[in-house]
Amino acid sequence: MIEIERVSLQLQGAQILHDISLTLPKGGVTALVGPNGAGKSSLLSLIARLSPLQTGSIRIDGMPVDATPGSVLARRIAILRQDNAVASRLRVAELVGFGRFPHSRGRLDAKERALVAEAIARFDLTDLADRYLDTLSGGQRQRALVAMAYCQGTDYLMLDEPLNNLDMRYGRELMGTLRRLADGDGRSILIVLHDINHAAAYADRIVAMRCGRVVAVGTAAEIIDADLLERVFGFRMRVESIGGRRVVLHHR
Amino acid sequence: MAEARPVPDRAAWRLAALAALALLCVAAFMSIGLRGNLLFVLELRAMRLASLIEVAVAVALATVLFQTVTANRILTPSIMGLDSLYLLCQTVLVFVFGGFGFANLDARLKFGGEIALMVGFSLALFMPMLRSRIDVMLLLLTGVVLGLLFRSLSSLLARMIDPNDFALLQGASFADFNTVRADLVAAGGVVIGVGALLAWRYRHVLDVMGLAPDTAVGLGVSWSRAAAAALLLVASLVAVSTALVGPIYLFGLLVVAIAERIVDTRRHAVLLPAAILVAVVTLVGGQTVFQHVVKGQSALSVVIEFAGGLLFLLMLLNGRRP
Repeated sequence: MIEIERVSLQLQGAQILHDISLTLPKGGVTALVGPNGAGKSSLLSLIARLSPLQTGSIRIDGMPVDATPGSVLARRIAILRQDNAVASRLRVAELVGFGRFPHSRGRLDAKERALVAEAIARFDLTDLADRYLDTLSGGQRQRALVAMAYCQGTDYLMLDEPLNNLDMRYGRELMGTLRRLADGDGRSILIVLHDINHAAAYADRIVAMRCGRVVAVGTAAEIIDADLLERVFGFRMRVESIGGRRVVLHHR
Repeated sequence: MAEARPVPDRAAWRLAALAALALLCVAAFMSIGLRGNLLFVLELRAMRLASLIEVAVAVALATVLFQTVTANRILTPSIMGLDSLYLLCQTVLVFVFGGFGFANLDARLKFGGEIALMVGFSLALFMPMLRSRIDVMLLLLTGVVLGLLFRSLSSLLARMIDPNDFALLQGASFADFNTVRADLVAAGGVVIGVGALLAWRYRHVLDVMGLAPDTAVGLGVSWSRAAAAALLLVASLVAVSTALVGPIYLFGLLVVAIAERIVDTRRHAVLLPAAILVAVVTLVGGQTVFQHVVKGQSALSVVIEFAGGLLFLLMLLNGRRP
């Protein structure tokens, strides 16, 4: 369970987050949606202790993120940020192997290597395993990074816009993989998404944010509503029901 | 990290070849042109060999760690301004004690004082980073500016001293691999040995730090603490090597770039020993050549810095790894 209590964030005078309180139960896929500048990534960074907490408290399974040793948290939460400038002179297999660092401290035995190989296979990277990162396309690199976060084997997996650079097929496959991780392995997925339809199709829970505040929390059926979405995104979009599923036609 | 692959095997072979080459250089350094009192000559050469190896290890380690923390492969630790501080220190000493007094200072006291000053300076520079997350680049810029300040202060003082003293000072401001400082070798060896052990112990953490600060934090490495510790280690190593032979600027860049080319990886378990071996080959081998082939017609440090400068320009022009 992730408990966020009265969290605010100020960066150089600008108020990024306003007094956010939110409780996310363990398990399932939770999507953070909202327009640019809503504070989704900032909130995710705070939860994953990438930025220091200014006010309020955040606890993951009862552990305060600002007081728990980073090496302990690294075995509970894995985070993939949006902008990853990773050293390029690395092979895909090496990068994914870094995901095991919190457990192995760098010594990969047979069991650890099997886990790395499994992650590489799961994200369809077997053919690319020996390639250097700087020879990959943006989407291939993105998949390698997600595989590394997955390989960390944590209860909580947080991804900031992981669909960036992915084509439709791999975007769909990634969301399907995340869904299976939540259903089969009981992992909790927290994901920032831009495409509201992806959120509607795959998430158990949607948190809608705007201007540093949480506007609404609910299931896809509750959030995908023309009035609510207009309040969040600031423009009117058509919401249709196709085959029992809510679809947002936001393109035009 | 994926050690099951054939690539690290190739790196291991290349490492072994480098080690053999380094041993060859050491053997040549010790044995070529032996004459006179064997025991005396061998002892003298062993002392010089020890100090050369110490400098090689210190510079190689310092440069690799520094490049890892700053995520920049064309930087050397000399950007932190430690060498300018060392220069200022020498200038002030000459200014205060005069040339004669400077030459007669207690070497051990001077060595200890210089190291304390340089490490203290780095501590003052890095302490803020321990407390809050300050950008490493900002820190480096502070080092550059302070280095400039120290440099201008030394040139100001240098204008006011006696021309003879100035010549002496000029000698102290270039790395000198010829003078033996037997009394300092043991003390320097302890610091450098401890530094090497620490770097080796944390080689996997260093690998993770090389990814990116956020990724390292995500993998459970406390970035600000680890970066400050690494920079402090760099400062201590640079301080010892500078106090031993004088300021060195581009030697580290040269050996790390060559080592990375040879082993083709940034993994510290391979790159650290490779850089050290390349540094040993360059210094010990170069010194042997200069003593017995060129017969001391030129200074090794000048040639190394010249080659390093050329390489630096090449790396800038390529805009990527060498």
